Amino acid sequence: MTAKDKETRRSKQQNVEISGSEAVIRSLIEEGTEIIFGYPGGQIMPVYDALYDYRNALRHILTRHEQGAVHAAQGYARATGKVGVCLVTSGPGATNLITGIADAMIDSTPLVCITGQVASHLLGSDAFQESDVIGISMPVTKWNFQITSPDEIPSTLAQAFYIAASGRPGPVLIDITKDAQFGKLKYKYEKCHKIRSYIPEFPVNKDKLNQAAELINSAKKPFLLFGQGVILSGAEMELQHFIEKTGIPAAWTLLGLSALNTDHPLNMGMLGMHGNYGPNIKTNECDLLIAVGMRFDDRVTGNLNTYAKQAKIIHIEIDPAEINKIVKTDVALLGDAKRILRMLKILVKKRKHPAWIKEFNLAREIENKKIIQSDLNPVNAGLSMAEIVNNVAALTNNTAIVVSDVGQNQMAAARYSKFTSSRSHITSGGLGTMGFGLPAAIGAKFGMNDREVVLFVGDGGMQMTIQELGTIAQENLPVKIVIMNNRFLGMVRQWQELFFEKRYSFTEIFSPDFVKVADAYGIPGQLVKERENLETALQTMLSAKGPYLLEIMVEKEDNIFPMVPAGASVSDILLCADDVK
Amino acid sequence: MKQEYIISAYSENHIGLLNRITIIFTRRKVNIESITASESAIEGISKLTIVVNDEKDKVVNITKQIEKQVEVLKAFYHTNDEMIFQEIALYKVPTQALMETNQLETLIRQHNARILEITPEYTVIEKTGHKEETQELFDGLVEYGVLQFIRSGRVAITRSPIEKLSVFLNERDALLEKMESRSRLRSPKK
Repeated sequence: MTAKDKETRRSKQQNVEISGSEAVIRSLIEEGTEIIFGYPGGQIMPVYDALYDYRNALRHILTRHEQGAVHAAQGYARATGKVGVCLVTSGPGATNLITGIADAMIDSTPLVCITGQVASHLLGSDAFQESDVIGISMPVTKWNFQITSPDEIPSTLAQAFYIAASGRPGPVLIDITKDAQFGKLKYKYEKCHKIRSYIPEFPVNKDKLNQAAELINSAKKPFLLFGQGVILSGAEMELQHFIEKTGIPAAWTLLGLSALNTDHPLNMGMLGMHGNYGPNIKTNECDLLIAVGMRFDDRVTGNLNTYAKQAKIIHIEIDPAEINKIVKTDVALLGDAKRILRMLKILVKKRKHPAWIKEFNLAREIENKKIIQSDLNPVNAGLSMAEIVNNVAALTNNTAIVVSDVGQNQMAAARYSKFTSSRSHITSGGLGTMGFGLPAAIGAKFGMNDREVVLFVGDGGMQMTIQELGTIAQENLPVKIVIMNNRFLGMVRQWQELFFEKRYSFTEIFSPDFVKVADAYGIPGQLVKERENLETALQTMLSAKGPYLLEIMVEKEDNIFPMVPAGASVSDILLCADDVK
Repeated sequence: MKQEYIISAYSENHIGLLNRITIIFTRRKVNIESITASESAIEGISKLTIVVNDEKDKVVNITKQIEKQVEVLKAFYHTNDEMIFQEIALYKVPTQALMETNQLETLIRQHNARILEITPEYTVIEKTGHKEETQELFDGLVEYGVLQFIRSGRVAITRSPIEKLSVFLNERDALLEKMESRSRLRSPKK
């Protein structure tokens, strides 16, 4: 349909009454939605019926489970920066979304989740497939609303998209009763641009900006930490220009990965529990810590009583509730990271910190010698996760979107992938949702179909959402799946080894023959056991036109190091198992 | 150090918002000592007054989390001495007790309470004051047999000369105007 046709159609229909269901679909199209991930059911059937008429304008992907739908919507949102949309029925359909919504909440992912609901006269009657999804989702949504009248549909969806995407993004749930879907309304859509009670982003305080610049200009050992806020505000270039002008070494959080080129000389690597050695120990040696778009997660800070006590702290953050929540700041710069970094760059002096940078590089050499080299060139016959990830990075020329699940596979993917463009790393950070990876990779691929999407997943996490192979098969979606199978729930096993006297309580896990499972879905794949077959197998996978599954047997009891044990100080980061007291 | 704080929040009058606010306390295992919700001086805007007994850091964190809710306009926290506050208590005692002795009358006078209703069976007494004061009257009435007793949540008003909300709303309108024009400029590229 041309734009003109659309316009005539719109004006024609302006005064014609349409159903609430059609209004839902048309509102989604107005918001630029291209794709919905969903699963039909009784109380959302009218919307699905309306969708049938618009199936050429709005793509719908049928997942195999509602959790798959919401994780796919998350993967799509993370890869594209657009709002992810999912559509499910009431009751179990709605409750199956909750894990994904909680994940999106803690990882600030913009979602609009639409759930069907029983007719309004049945609310509270324990009707078939009725669940109080508004009540259930309240603590894990940025906003939620129940629509009981068709008239509310356009304005509520407009607000939903505005709230989900603006300020600190997050998930929004809209519950629509069946009578509101069937009812008629005079449809008119207006985008939402403001809500009286909601300030998505505060204006930058000039005095604070000057104070921050002063601290930066006089610091001897400044260190910048950045998180997903940089990606969410599209501040990647501003960040790079800022650190290049000030000469400040920088480190990313797990969710900040890919916001800066991995090989940028000022990129010192990853913070946190399994982050790099330098960024962790230097946190407790710097004299100024500049945190940009990150929230001082406990996986980043370790013990707070010994966290960066020697340093002045500047926190650049869009969410006022994050200021002083975990770490007391000296200068809090409230607002959008892009705008603040741009303004701050004008006020700071051009500087270099060669001696300080050298300290980071020395730490990098230590980590390289003690961990990275042996991870990449293991003496064991069994393959290491690190060498697999490293090979994929090399074979894709560091251009793939790397999706990971949760656990050792996630840490290996984060540590050994290299990134050359933003929004190239998708993982469940805050919630640590096993089973996130496969559906998230689906969403990412639908969002960015011209890019290679590679999933690293463990044998445990794969089995949590393995049914989504069905979605991949039905859509013939070229997602590349790398299962790193150690026949264990590896990260928990690692903790049991280090902190629970090797009492491997229920961490040994049986898996099916994943290649056969893939085959049953019509997805090609192969099993890799030997190192000499790895590269060829990876090449076969990457050159496959459609989906491909590689099951790689890895060393059974490998550990991820370095490691900041829970509750320890970042400066007490362990480089090997012998360091564990 | 734990102490009593009064958290006040101004919000849109929307279904479910009270739940959104109370779960912020539940999640942090902070007990709500009392809560009142009613329309504020500005039409359509509700005011919530919540009393908690906790550490300052936690109260600050909770106040920010409340304000973060999309439909909350503004949230404040105050210590007791920063606010003037009252609670109301109703006591139902047997009328016979009132008739038999004049000590009960003295008690009511001393506590500046008043009688709302008298029937042959019972008398309803009302007292406003701080919790300790309403409690004191309750303790005094016990020996006459209290049939029913109920105490309200707290209502509180700041010691500053004007309600901050109106000033705040004006500032916010200006801010929103600025933001809206910016967001309209931005949106076409989407």
